[in-house]
Amino acid sequence: MADRDLVLERLTKRFAGFVAVDDLSLTVPQGSFFALLGPSGCGKTTTLRMVAGLEPPTSGEIRLGETDISRLKPYQRPVNTVFQSYALFPHLSIFENVAFGLRRRGKKNVKADVLEMLELVELGQYADRKPAQLSGGQQQRVALARALINKPEVLLLDEPLGALDLKLRRGMQIELKRIQTEVGITFVHVTHDQEEAMTMADTIAVMNAGVIEQLGSPADLYEHPATTFAANFLGQSNLVAGTVGTATGNTLELDVHGARVTAADVSSAVRSGDAWVGVRPEKVSLVSPGTSPAGTNALAGGAVTDVSFVGVSIQYLVRMPWGQELTVFTQNDGVHPAFDIAAPVDLCWRPEHTFVLDANQDVTAGVELEEEG
Amino acid sequence: MSTLARARDWVGRHAVLLFALLVLVYMFLPIFVVVLMSFNQPASRLGYNFDGFTLDNWTNICGPYQMCSSVWISIRIGLAATLVATVLGSLMAFAMVRHRFRGRAATNLLIFLPMASPEIVMGSSLLALFVNAGFAGRLGFWTIFVAHVMFCLSFVVVTVKARLAGMDPRLEQAAMDLYANEWQTFWRVTLPLVFPGILSAALLSFSLSFDDFIITNLNAGQTVTFPMFVWGAAERGVPMQVNVIGTMMFVIAMVLVLGGEIRSRRRARALVG
Amino acid sequence: MSAAGAPVAEAAVVLPPESEGRNRGWTGYLLLAPGGLWLIAFFLVPTITLLISSLYDPSGSLIDGYTLTGRIANYTEGISEYADTFGRSLAYALAATAACVVLGYPLAYAIAFKAGRWKNLMLVAVIAPFFTSFLVRTLAWKLLLGDHGVIVDVLQAVQVLGPDGRLLATPFAVITGLTYNFLPFMVLPLYASLEKMDLRLIEAGSDLYASPLTAFRKITLPLSMPGLVAGTLLTFIPASGDYINAELLGNPRTRMIGNEIQDLFSAGALPEAASLSVTLMALIVVMVLFYVRRAGTEELL
Repeated sequence: MADRDLVLERLTKRFAGFVAVDDLSLTVPQGSFFALLGPSGCGKTTTLRMVAGLEPPTSGEIRLGETDISRLKPYQRPVNTVFQSYALFPHLSIFENVAFGLRRRGKKNVKADVLEMLELVELGQYADRKPAQLSGGQQQRVALARALINKPEVLLLDEPLGALDLKLRRGMQIELKRIQTEVGITFVHVTHDQEEAMTMADTIAVMNAGVIEQLGSPADLYEHPATTFAANFLGQSNLVAGTVGTATGNTLELDVHGARVTAADVSSAVRSGDAWVGVRPEKVSLVSPGTSPAGTNALAGGAVTDVSFVGVSIQYLVRMPWGQELTVFTQNDGVHPAFDIAAPVDLCWRPEHTFVLDANQDVTAGVELEEEG
Repeated sequence: MSTLARARDWVGRHAVLLFALLVLVYMFLPIFVVVLMSFNQPASRLGYNFDGFTLDNWTNICGPYQMCSSVWISIRIGLAATLVATVLGSLMAFAMVRHRFRGRAATNLLIFLPMASPEIVMGSSLLALFVNAGFAGRLGFWTIFVAHVMFCLSFVVVTVKARLAGMDPRLEQAAMDLYANEWQTFWRVTLPLVFPGILSAALLSFSLSFDDFIITNLNAGQTVTFPMFVWGAAERGVPMQVNVIGTMMFVIAMVLVLGGEIRSRRRARALVG
Repeated sequence: MSAAGAPVAEAAVVLPPESEGRNRGWTGYLLLAPGGLWLIAFFLVPTITLLISSLYDPSGSLIDGYTLTGRIANYTEGISEYADTFGRSLAYALAATAACVVLGYPLAYAIAFKAGRWKNLMLVAVIAPFFTSFLVRTLAWKLLLGDHGVIVDVLQAVQVLGPDGRLLATPFAVITGLTYNFLPFMVLPLYASLEKMDLRLIEAGSDLYASPLTAFRKITLPLSMPGLVAGTLLTFIPASGDYINAELLGNPRTRMIGNEIQDLFSAGALPEAASLSVTLMALIVVMVLFYVRRAGTEELL
């Protein structure tokens, strides 16, 4: 554990009638870019606000290294927040907004620092304007500057890119990552956008209903999801019912509707009984019936029900003999054969891309939650 | 389409707006009369017709006996009542928007009732209170002051509350996140942003106080405020200087309101430009 | 991916809006105390003393004091003696309120939907008359409605008024004065209510085959109900207790209950005046409760 890691220990927040954050423990390594990822209502913003001091925890502890900051007021913590709505002070100029924190801590000569910070976010010439005169993207950068200038130990970002359009968002994602690498401050970024989290973060914690479902690097989470929620929330997954047969050494053999499928032990959450067998659509290849290469996992007897040309890829929906529709993404590389609707196909993929999940979990967890929110 | 048909069509589409403008004209009619009469040279004291044009009323404003002193008393009561009502009302508004307490419904009712009660009833009640408390012989400036604060409070609370409720509470959270303690947050963020609401509440309060008659008349004793002076003069013959005061009030208020309007429009244009 | 929608929904789901940003502790009570105590002392308590005073024996006086005899006869005598004055006051107030609706609704509607750039200016125009003293304005009406004024002359010319007809010192004048003085109280709440209305609802209505009149009846009018109810209450209640218009613009036969109460107080008849005040208040409360329940907007109170 580094000197000033952010440690949340058994953090709980209870509101009248429901628990927003449930016994949550996690460590954010100092200097890392950490993402709290989850759908609306999962408790990620509440967690952030507790770290900022804007919401008192019901129980649990928040520490910076060995220092307990759980009971400190927001203005006593070396933590700053970039708010979702930016919360720029409308009656103050950009200069005064950015200088606010420094002035409150008693610093007299703020001009040099403020101008330097404004240059960092490329807003040098807007110092005398008011927030209402700036665009959304510019306001967001002011909010960032206003927080960063105080050199906090931890910078909290509450869905800061939510209100920006796609192109601007992509640009800001790269900017934020660059700035974080440059200043070396711990960033804790709250978002519901999994692409954003995977692009920017060193470590992602996937949250659902007040608890952390899985924590790890983006690649780790994506390739080896540990729960159905994680599998569905990050990208898409095909989850098929199966039963574990034998487990030898570090491979599992499973029976999936009569087909024999193998999986690596490290990608398996259960080692016996019923399970969800999962594979990502982009890992699956469509082949003519009976032509699955040796050494691959294969599911036979499918029929194409939908073909969507998306440009970079072709997305297929394939109905399997047991009624389930599986998704397959094929890269539009001009090499893979294309299939038409009603074409009979087999699905195959390499065993190391299989992941096995607990059958007791809801197979629809994490799916399409964006729309509901 | 013929011109007549087009004209009828235009009127039909704008019927509501035209009617509304007529109503506005109707509302300004008496104002027009007041301003006009301030330049009037009445033939007799009791007549109320326009007889001749003169500037005498303006140059000799304090001619009528007791008129200017009544204006002065109204101003003093107005300022005092405005000060107290604005402070107390703003405090209440803060409590209602930003703090938790029991009895919210009862408080809302208590604030709403004075706005909806007939003045004669409120005035009667206060008089009954003063009489029963033994102040029957001491009605005057301070009893009027008490009454005015009472009915201005509700209006202040409602006005400030509206402004405060429209203010994003996250701004205060942002301030605290940026090392401002509670007092600094209030002084540097909350107060500047609520201030326009407090200011308009104060202006509203002053005009309500200055203009009040029914409640004041019941609780004034020997003191004479400007509306009471006008009332008394209505029997004896209204001096035209009353219209001068009326015109001045109107002009001052219009300058303030239009000035504020122009300022905010100019600021809005600066933002866009 | 709905970027903007989801975060907003999260805020609403996770943090109950009531408690967000609201502080606990005693500060709320401390802030409420000064104003609240003032209102209790000078509004609630006086109401009680008024009630008590209405039950005094009339044989006392301001100088000698009164005895509390619980004399209900104060009320019965008051009601029987001033029954038609009460009736007249409520009738005038109703007439003025109705006139305010007829004049005020189109005005509020126009400001909300048809004013465009002039919205603020029109709002100022609605409030502007307030800037002159109530009494001075009413006196101006005395001139306008006077026997040799322009209005009477015109009406006589077009034969709406007879050659001896007058407007001043008639119920018409009193109601006109009441309407004029309380019109802003009708327009502003109506405007506030109409302004919040989503115009797209009207579009949806006409998409579903509603004519403009039907759209108004079935969409706009019901949605503006809260404003309409607030406006009528803020007009009717003060109007029923007014006596300035009756005194300046009316005649001895148009006296309202406000005139009687004021005169009784001036004469020092505390119990009689108090009982009339309480009766007026009771009448208003009954009518308002009945009205509000019918209009279905209890939450306004």
